[in-house]
Amino acid sequence: MLKDITLGQFFPGDTIAHRLDPRTKLLLVVLFIVALFQARGWVAYGVLTLTVAACMTVSHISARNIFKGLKPMIFILALTGVLNIFYTGGTPILPGWIITWEGIARAIQMVLRIVLLITGTFLLTYTTSPIALTDGLELLLNPLKKLRFPVHEMTIMMSMALRFIPTLIEETDKIMSAQKARGADFETGSLMDRAKALLPVLVPLFVSAFRRADELAVAMESRCYHGGEGRTRMKQLILKGRDYIALALGILLLAGIIYLKKWGL
Amino acid sequence: MSEIIVEKLRHVYSAGTPFEVAAIEDIDLVIPQGQLVGIIGHTGSGKSTFIQHMNALLAPSAGKVCCGGQDINESKISRRDVKHQVGLVFQYPEYQLFEETVYKDIAFGPKNMKLSEEEIDQRVREAAGFVGVEEELFEKSPLELSGGQKRRIAIAGVIAMRPGVLILDEPTAGLDPAGCRQILDNICAYREKTGATVIIVSHNMDDVARIAERIIVFSHGRVVMDGSAGEVFSRAQELIDIGLDVPHATALALALRKQGLQLPEGIYTHEQLLSAILEIRGAAVC
Repeated sequence: MLKDITLGQFFPGDTIAHRLDPRTKLLLVVLFIVALFQARGWVAYGVLTLTVAACMTVSHISARNIFKGLKPMIFILALTGVLNIFYTGGTPILPGWIITWEGIARAIQMVLRIVLLITGTFLLTYTTSPIALTDGLELLLNPLKKLRFPVHEMTIMMSMALRFIPTLIEETDKIMSAQKARGADFETGSLMDRAKALLPVLVPLFVSAFRRADELAVAMESRCYHGGEGRTRMKQLILKGRDYIALALGILLLAGIIYLKKWGL
Repeated sequence: MSEIIVEKLRHVYSAGTPFEVAAIEDIDLVIPQGQLVGIIGHTGSGKSTFIQHMNALLAPSAGKVCCGGQDINESKISRRDVKHQVGLVFQYPEYQLFEETVYKDIAFGPKNMKLSEEEIDQRVREAAGFVGVEEELFEKSPLELSGGQKRRIAIAGVIAMRPGVLILDEPTAGLDPAGCRQILDNICAYREKTGATVIIVSHNMDDVARIAERIIVFSHGRVVMDGSAGEVFSRAQELIDIGLDVPHATALALALRKQGLQLPEGIYTHEQLLSAILEIRGAAVC
């Protein structure tokens, strides 16, 4: 049950998308998001949808996995669709109706925009391990160090948080099972009852999270960890030919969308 | 009563993703009421998955589990009821303690069964008695006790539900020898008093050999051996080959046999080994 959460999960593989430098992928996602918000017409949306579909094929991520990740968003998607259908002015589809052709078109575009946005970021997290992702982020943010922004500390905290999400989920699962075995009931009852039923899970979870944090700090200190100063990496990130090609394609996509916008397509 | 029948049980984790694995496959077992069963197997052999099917925490991907003649996954109600009938103590159960006092923590299970106040009180005292927790500890916070005491309180929390079947996953992991012995004695005492079925998952072969009437060996999600301690440990070499330990006495007997001593197979206690050696020496002297 809890283990089925795929949000931000990494699917190991050996496709070109997996081999790209994480910095490249991060930049590509940024370019893609900017392009997405520049899209105005059907042609632009068509191009972006095709791009995402092509990326999915290249990285061997099935539509099923994407849908699984989209499931928790269904409510937001539906709300966006409904609001846009009813609150956009224009020509009614039938005389006297509030629903307009423009509203329908806008609703489809808005929902598509959110779906593409989520899918694009999923492609990043599905093909990049959390460690590579934070490494890439740290290198990209490096210039901020000049402004005394604690880049290394921030990224190490991020990678630790990401690292411990599955552990904590597993732990929660275990504690819930153990309490269920003692007859705890998490699924029925009023909202208040259910909130109260979480107490037997939260207390042990907090206790173990603090214990874990303590152990981790000791383990890091006993291996002489003292921050980012003078720290080297086992995996050096080096931009290769394919990274430059991918970035060029990304910029081309953004330029293309902006060009289309000019023509109102 | 609560005879457990497992038929063609199979469980697949993460079905439909690249991580799909069959944790257990084709398990057929009958565990009669009152038996003390030891389950052994290497890490990842499927024992933990298997025991979570016994009280419907996990639903089988295929096959079924019956307890007391009823399919436990038949309905929501049967899935809830079986949790009262089959008590499951997880590995490191002390990590699930959460109440302010020891008493309240032990009372959590019976309270969930919606019993009356007197009944709960009686059961808490009885369960605490089984695991040797004195009443002075009742008002203390479970978090400030020693590891062994926490473990016993957690086990009491399950025993307080008076399960007809008690399942324990590695109940002695991480305890000192005295703590181990005490917990196993507590469990045996519970079984003798109530006639409950007890299933113990353990890595400690000497413990299993000493108390279990029947030993089931898991390997790669399947049952590979099933029999009395004598039967299972007479296949000591096979056990070692699948990455498991054997009791001290069995290992010693195996080594002596390799040296040419004509010892019988199926030795698993030091007494047996001693008498077997004495027999051979006696024969030699005569």
